[in-house]
Amino acid sequence: MNTKFPNRFMPYFLLLPSITVILIFFLIPTIRSIYQSFFRVSPFGDRRIFVGFGNFSRLFTSSAYVNSLVRTLIFAGSVVVIGLVFCVIVAALLNQRLRGMSIYRTFFIWTYAISPAIAGTVWALMFNPATGPVVYLIRLLTARTMNWMNDSNLALAIVIIAAVWKMMGYNVIFYLAGLQTVPDELLEAASIDGANGIKRFFKVTLPLLSPTTFFLLIMNMLYAFFEVFGLIDIMTKGGPGNATEILVYKLYRDGFIAIDIGFASAQSVVLFVFVTILTILQFKYTQQKVFYG
Amino acid sequence: MRAYKSQKIQVYTTLTILTLVVMFPIYYTFVMATLNSAQSYSYPPRFIPSSHLLENMKEAWRNAGMGRLMFNSAFSATIVAVAKICFSILAAFAFTYFGNFKGKYLFFGLILITHMLPLPVRLLPTYDMMKTFGWVNTYYALTVPFFASATGTLLFRQLFLTVPTSLADAARIDGAGPLRFLWHILVPLSKTNMGALFLIEFNYIWNEYLWPLIITTTKEMRVVQIGIKILLASEAQAADWNIIMAGTIMAMLPPLIMLLIFQKTFMEGFSMKEEK
Repeated sequence: MNTKFPNRFMPYFLLLPSITVILIFFLIPTIRSIYQSFFRVSPFGDRRIFVGFGNFSRLFTSSAYVNSLVRTLIFAGSVVVIGLVFCVIVAALLNQRLRGMSIYRTFFIWTYAISPAIAGTVWALMFNPATGPVVYLIRLLTARTMNWMNDSNLALAIVIIAAVWKMMGYNVIFYLAGLQTVPDELLEAASIDGANGIKRFFKVTLPLLSPTTFFLLIMNMLYAFFEVFGLIDIMTKGGPGNATEILVYKLYRDGFIAIDIGFASAQSVVLFVFVTILTILQFKYTQQKVFYG
Repeated sequence: MRAYKSQKIQVYTTLTILTLVVMFPIYYTFVMATLNSAQSYSYPPRFIPSSHLLENMKEAWRNAGMGRLMFNSAFSATIVAVAKICFSILAAFAFTYFGNFKGKYLFFGLILITHMLPLPVRLLPTYDMMKTFGWVNTYYALTVPFFASATGTLLFRQLFLTVPTSLADAARIDGAGPLRFLWHILVPLSKTNMGALFLIEFNYIWNEYLWPLIITTTKEMRVVQIGIKILLASEAQAADWNIIMAGTIMAMLPPLIMLLIFQKTFMEGFSMKEEK
């Protein structure tokens, strides 16, 4: 890139605000997380003992942590798969050139502005064991009562529903943007060749949307791992038992309630490894996309 | 795509059913917020609104101190959004108009790396740092750590790269310095992006939960999202869902109204973000 303004100090001066914030609030804390994960710290912070990878071996031998890891993977996997399948269908329907679509569009994207905590509150009401409307409807239809306060699988399912619902707005927005890049001529050609709506969707639209799908896959993963704390805290507090205690919630509990700093820091590091993998995947893929496009 | 009539009907029917399903929770939230205490416990549940919305809102407002919480959320969200815009415009300008200055790629990498470091990865040390600064339970803690923005920097950088070089040349020949060029040429060109970024970041901070939960300790510094938790805790014994949902509606309205009004700007901002 050519120099448009020859000035030796200006760029550093311009970058100073951002870089300062990043150093102080991102980089140093992350390094300290990694550092602390090698120590065992007393709850009052007055004594620390170097334990090497002790905290990590404690992590992976702790059944509570392994359970939390498994629960998180089930949760995240479900949020991603259910969310993306549902939203790509909705977006494809919304993309039809029909009257009134912009109103319908609004109905599906507004949950973007809802916070996970609010989504949690809303769905806790829907499934409220005593008088929740969904519980009521299911009792009406199947004569079955359900109480997610003591049914761990049900609790996980409901947390997944709430999380997918909240993320729907985001996913639909991006799928709609992705659909703008699918050329009408291709779809018309396919329909002249006799492909019906469903066939066109699977053979033309879906493959062309794969960059968007991949991007959303990563974003939904990050969301399911990191952003749903409020939803869990409001709805289940990790319960019943530890059924919905996803990694971030466990980290919060071990770090701020049990004040087991080394142990919690090791959990931070595991999360860091996880984000790193996702970021590398994303990087590789987007570079490919540039090459491809 | 043009669709045949039978297909049209299918599309409308499917969408209408799906709309009813995804909108129902919010409809029921609204209904619940309008019920009085006895109605809110009725079984089977009541699906038709009643007339106690204002009462419930007042009750929630009083119970959780909503006024203060709303102010705190709006204030910190605005500050963060504005700061993010300023910081990222400056950074994007540095990356696009000053050639290959030393350390450019390192700095660029540093800004991108924030994407890899969500709060949980650095939760305890960031909290410790707030303690060291004496920032626990202050507006500083609610705002300053969020000031850097990789999204914003990428967004503006992408825009600046499309601005013709001749503009900068002309400015230089006319004797305008870089800051004047930034202020008079680039900033006006960035209005749409600034709007989109403001909406995205305002929404993000307004809806943030974990950080305010650990960093604020008194009622005066709590934010709206925590207000819901306060309502749930204070009402949980009796589970006065009508009051809780009235509070929930207040907490979700501001970003929702912004989204609905500025839907177009929002969508534009998003489609640009994706192209990065």
